[in-house]
Amino acid sequence: MNTISLAHGNGGKMMEDLIDNLFLKYLNNDIINKKDDASPVPEIKGVPVISTDTFVVDPIFFPGGNIGKLSICGTVNDLAVTGAIPLYLTVGFILEEGLPIKHLEKIIISMAEVSREANVKIVAGDTKVVERGKGDKIFINTTGVGMIGDKLKLSDENIKLGDKVIINGSIAEHGLAILMERNQMDFSTSIKSDCCTLSDLIVTLLSETNGIKFMRDPTRGGMATVLNEIATRYNVGIEIEEEKVPLGDEIKSLCKILGLDPLYLANEGKVLIIADREKSEKIVDIMRRHPYGRNSSIIGTIVDNNDQQVYLKTRIGGKRIITKLMHDMLPRIC
Amino acid sequence: MKKRRLQLEIEGIVQGVGFRPFIYRLARENNLNGWVLNTSGGVLVEVEGNQKTLEMFIRQIDEESPPLAQITTIKSREVSVREDSSFVIKDSRKTYYTQVQLPPDIAICNDCLHDIMDPTNRRYRYPFTSCVNCGPRFKIIKSLPYDRPRTTMKKFKMCPECNTEYNNPLDRRFHAQPNACPLCGPQLWLKKMSGEKCLTRDPIGLTIDLLKKGNIIAIKGIGGFHLMCDATESDVIANLRTRKRRPDKPLALMMNKLTTVRKYCNVGSMEEEILTGIRRPIVLLDKKGEKLPRNIAPGIRYYGVMLPYTPLHYLLFDKGIEVLIATSGNVSGNPLEYQNGGVFENLKGIADYVLGHNREIYVPVDDSVVRVVGGKKRVIRRARGYVPQPLMVGGLDNGLALGGDQKNTFCFARNKYAFISQYLGDLGNIDNYNNFKLMIDHFKELYKIKPDFVVHDLHPDYQTTYYASFYGDKIGVQHHHAHIASCMAENNIDEKVIGLAFDGTGLGNDGNIWGGEFLICDFKDFKRGGHLNYMKMPGGDMAIKEPWRLAVSYLNRLRYDKADIINLLRIDEVEADIILKMLNKGFNCPETSSMGRLFDTVAALIGLRKRITYQAQAALELESIADNNTEEIYHVSIEEKGQKYVVNTDPMMGGIISDHKKGVKRSIISSKFHNTVIAFTLEMCRLIRHKYGINSVALSGGVFQNKLLLEMLCAGLKEQNFKVYSQAKIPCNDSGLSLGQLAIASNRRKD
Ligand SMILES: [Fe+3]
Ligand SMILES: [Mg+2]
Ligand SMILES: [Zn+2]
Ligand SMILES: [Zn+2]
Repeated sequence: MNTISLAHGNGGKMMEDLIDNLFLKYLNNDIINKKDDASPVPEIKGVPVISTDTFVVDPIFFPGGNIGKLSICGTVNDLAVTGAIPLYLTVGFILEEGLPIKHLEKIIISMAEVSREANVKIVAGDTKVVERGKGDKIFINTTGVGMIGDKLKLSDENIKLGDKVIINGSIAEHGLAILMERNQMDFSTSIKSDCCTLSDLIVTLLSETNGIKFMRDPTRGGMATVLNEIATRYNVGIEIEEEKVPLGDEIKSLCKILGLDPLYLANEGKVLIIADREKSEKIVDIMRRHPYGRNSSIIGTIVDNNDQQVYLKTRIGGKRIITKLMHDMLPRIC
Repeated sequence: MKKRRLQLEIEGIVQGVGFRPFIYRLARENNLNGWVLNTSGGVLVEVEGNQKTLEMFIRQIDEESPPLAQITTIKSREVSVREDSSFVIKDSRKTYYTQVQLPPDIAICNDCLHDIMDPTNRRYRYPFTSCVNCGPRFKIIKSLPYDRPRTTMKKFKMCPECNTEYNNPLDRRFHAQPNACPLCGPQLWLKKMSGEKCLTRDPIGLTIDLLKKGNIIAIKGIGGFHLMCDATESDVIANLRTRKRRPDKPLALMMNKLTTVRKYCNVGSMEEEILTGIRRPIVLLDKKGEKLPRNIAPGIRYYGVMLPYTPLHYLLFDKGIEVLIATSGNVSGNPLEYQNGGVFENLKGIADYVLGHNREIYVPVDDSVVRVVGGKKRVIRRARGYVPQPLMVGGLDNGLALGGDQKNTFCFARNKYAFISQYLGDLGNIDNYNNFKLMIDHFKELYKIKPDFVVHDLHPDYQTTYYASFYGDKIGVQHHHAHIASCMAENNIDEKVIGLAFDGTGLGNDGNIWGGEFLICDFKDFKRGGHLNYMKMPGGDMAIKEPWRLAVSYLNRLRYDKADIINLLRIDEVEADIILKMLNKGFNCPETSSMGRLFDTVAALIGLRKRITYQAQAALELESIADNNTEEIYHVSIEEKGQKYVVNTDPMMGGIISDHKKGVKRSIISSKFHNTVIAFTLEMCRLIRHKYGINSVALSGGVFQNKLLLEMLCAGLKEQNFKVYSQAKIPCNDSGLSLGQLAIASNRRKD
C-alpha cells in the first residue's frame, strides 16, 4: 500500500508500522524512542518559553521547502525571536486519506534534517487520519519549548526615536514562491522559499552583541504587517528606505509585473530587529558573518509619528505610507 | 424725532475686506455715533440716531459693501441709548462662537500695482505691497478674529508712516493686516542652494538675469514655492522635468499679460474674465498652434496659464520676459514646499537658487485650476483664491467628511454653509497625510468646530478611512454615491436622480472596482441601475499605471491569441506571457467597471499610450487627438442582467481593433469612441428613465473633466429633454467627494 488509509489512524498494526517505519525512523532521539504517552524532559534552567503553530500551507511542496520543513522552522523561529534557545518540539499530524506515503516520507525527512540543524528534539507526536475530503493532504501542528538563558537577553530598554530597523536578508521569497506554485504560474524562475531556522543566527547575535530591543519574524502579511504592529504597539512611526531593503532582482521584477508589493509577502527565514542606533552597525557586521545573514542590512529608523504609521522613502524621494492592509491589495489609485 | 440705538450683528465674509472702515465712513456720512468691532462671529456695530437714518444706514450696508465682502445676515436689535459723541472703531473682541467667513487670498489690485510701478511712490518695486482690497489672507491667518497679531505679520512692527495709514479709516490700508513698506515690512533675499546669500541690492533683478540664463529658481509666492524657469527654452524645461521627476505632466505657465496669453492660446471672454479676476487661478486654454516648446504640455491640447497675482510676480516680468514656467515647488507627489526651512533641503538638486522672504506662510495652498466647459467655469483644483470661501448648501449636519485619498479635500458644515478645504493631494504620501491632519486641526481651531461624526469612503485601505478609525461615530459612504451627492449638493437639488458616476477607481459594494456607474439615487440611498461590463485588471494598481495590460486583458477576452496580441500591441513576449497567465488563472486580476479604464484600454489598444507617468494621461491624450469631424459610432449592446442594465463594450472594442488594424487614423478612432460613449450613455439614460420614471441626470466623477465628453453628453441629454446637473464650483473629480459624503451622512442621520 502506498497511500495513507483510514486504517493508518485506527491505533492498530498499520499505525504502529507507520510510526516505526516512518516517524521514528527519521525523528528518533533518546526521549521519543521510549514511545511513552508523555515524555519527561530534563530540567530547564531559565525562563521556559512555549509556542505553537499549525501549518496548512497549500501547496505542501514548494521550491525551497515543504510543509514539514516549514512546520519546524515556523515554531523554532517563533521561539528564537523571543530570545529563547529552542529545545523541544511536539508534532501532531492530520493526514488525509489518500496521501501518498512517499510524500509523507519526504516531509518527515526534511523535518528531521531541519530539527537537527536547529538542535531541537522532537519529544512527542500524534497522528490522525481523516476521510478523503475532510482535510487537505496534510496538516501539521508543532509546539515548541525553549528557554531564555541568563546571558541571552533582549535589551530591556524601550524602543526610542533613532533606533534602527535591521533585516537579515532578501524579503518576499517565501510568499512569492508559494503564490507562484499555488496559482501554477509556471514560468522558469529560480525563486525559492527562504524557509530556514534562525535560532543559530539569533543565539550568535545575542551572545556577541547587545542593544537588540525587539525581534519578530515577518511571516504572514510580510514585513509591512510586522512593522505596523511594532508602530502601534510602541506608539512610534517607522521610516523604511526603499534602497536599503534587500530584494532580489528577479523577485523585484516579478513583483512588478504581477502587481504585488514585496513588503506584504511572507518570509519564513527572516528576522526583523529593532536595535539601538549606536549598536546597529556592529549587529549587522555579526549577522553578515552568518550564512543566514549574509545580506543583512539596516533598512530603517524609528521616527516620531503620532499616528503610528510606517512609510517607505522611495528612491525618488517620495514618502509612501505602508498601510496595515485590511484586505488583499485593492486598487486604490485613480 | 426720538433717538434710538441699534446693535447690528453682521455675518458673512466681513473681515479682512475693509468692512470696518466702510462702516466707519458710512456712519460718519449719516452722522451716526457709536462703534464697530470685529468679533469671532463677524462684525458687531452699535449706532444711534433717528429711525429714518438708521434704516438708510442698514440699507446702505447691504447695498454698498466693499467688493470682497459677502454679507449673509444682518441681525438687528434695539438697545438702550448711550449718547455717544462720535463713531469709533473698537478693538476686536474674542467670543467663543463663530460664524465668521474668511476671505481667500486675492491677487494684487490695480491701485497697489500702480504703487509698485510708480518710481515716486514709497512702495516702488516693493514686493509685499497690499491693501485692504488685495493680498494674502487665508494663508497667513493663524486664528480669528482676523487681526495683525494673529497673522504671520505679527513680527513686523509698522513704521510711523504705515501706522498712520493703518489707523486712518479713510485710507485704503486702514486695518489692512498685511500692510507694510520697504522700511518696516518683509524683505526679499536670493540665496544659492547652499544657503549662501547672493550679494545684491536687487534680488529681483538678479533673479531675472539668472532666469534668462537658464536657471531654475524656487520663488516664494503666497501659498508656497513655485519652481520657475524660462518657458521658451526646451532644454531648460527638460532639465526641470528630469530634476522634478515629472516626465510628461503638463507644466503651468505664468504669462506677463493678457495679450501674451492671446498670442499662445485661444482665449474666450469668460476665460479672459477669469484670468484677470481677483482669484487668478490657472486656466486651461486651448493652444493656438505649438509656438512654445513641445515639452511644456506634450500630447495634450491645452496649456495651464495664469497671470501674475502678487507684486513679486509682476516685478519678475521685467526686462523682456513674457512667459515663465511656474510649477509647484516639490518633487512630484510630495507636498508643496512652503517653509524657508524645508526648501533648501527638499528642493536640493531641483532648484538652482531660492528667491525667498521672511514673511511666513502659515497654511500652504496650491494654485487653483479651472477650465471653461459648456459655457461654465469649472473648478478642477480648488485651492488659492477659492478656499476657504464656503458654499451655501442646506441640510448639512455638524460632521467632518474626510473625502477620498487622492486629490483630497475635507468638508464640514456650519448652518447653511459647507466649508471645503483646499486641495491636499494624495494622502498615500506621509507628508501630505500629516498636512491633512494639520489642516483639519487648523480649520477646527479657526472655526471652533467640534464635529459630531466623521464620514469616510468605504475603501478599507484609504488613509482617510484609517484617520476615521480613531473616531467613535463614523459613517462610511460609497465612492460613487458620494460623487453624485456632491453634484446634487452643489446644485441644491434634493430629488431622485440618475447619477452618472464616471471615474477611475472607487470601491463598489460588491468588492469590485467601480467607475462606469448609472446610479439611481438620492441623498439617502442608491441603487445600481446599470454599469459598464466588468473587465480584468492584471496586476491591480499596476494596470492603471500600465494601460497596455488592460489592452491585453481585452484582447484576451476577445479571444485573440498570444502571437496576435504581441503583434498588435508591440509588447515584450515574456511580459505578455505572464499577463496572459495571470488573466487565465485569475491571479491578482481585480474586476472593474471603470470608465477611466475604458479610456485607458482604448488608448493602449491603438498604440497611443502604453504606460502613464501621471494620472489620467492616457485618457487625456485620447481626448486631445479626437477629430471632431466624424459622426460615426461603434456598435455596443446593452443587456439587462437581473435588475441592472449592463453595457457590453465588446463589440465596440472589436470595432476599434479592426479599425486600427485597417490603418484608420487614431484621431478618427478616438472620435468614434467618444461618440460611442455618448451614444450608449444616452441610451442607458433613456432605458433607466423609462424603467424608473426619473428625468434628472447628475454627472460627476473625474472622467467629466473630459471637455469633449461633457459638452456633447450635456447637449445630447438636453436634446432628449433630460434635466442635466453637472459640477462647476466643486471639482467633479475626487476633490468633490467630501461634500457628497457629508450630504449623504447628514441625511442618513436624520432617521
Ligand atoms: Fe472618484
Ligand atoms: Mg506562531
Ligand atoms: Zn491693493
Ligand atoms: Zn512701513
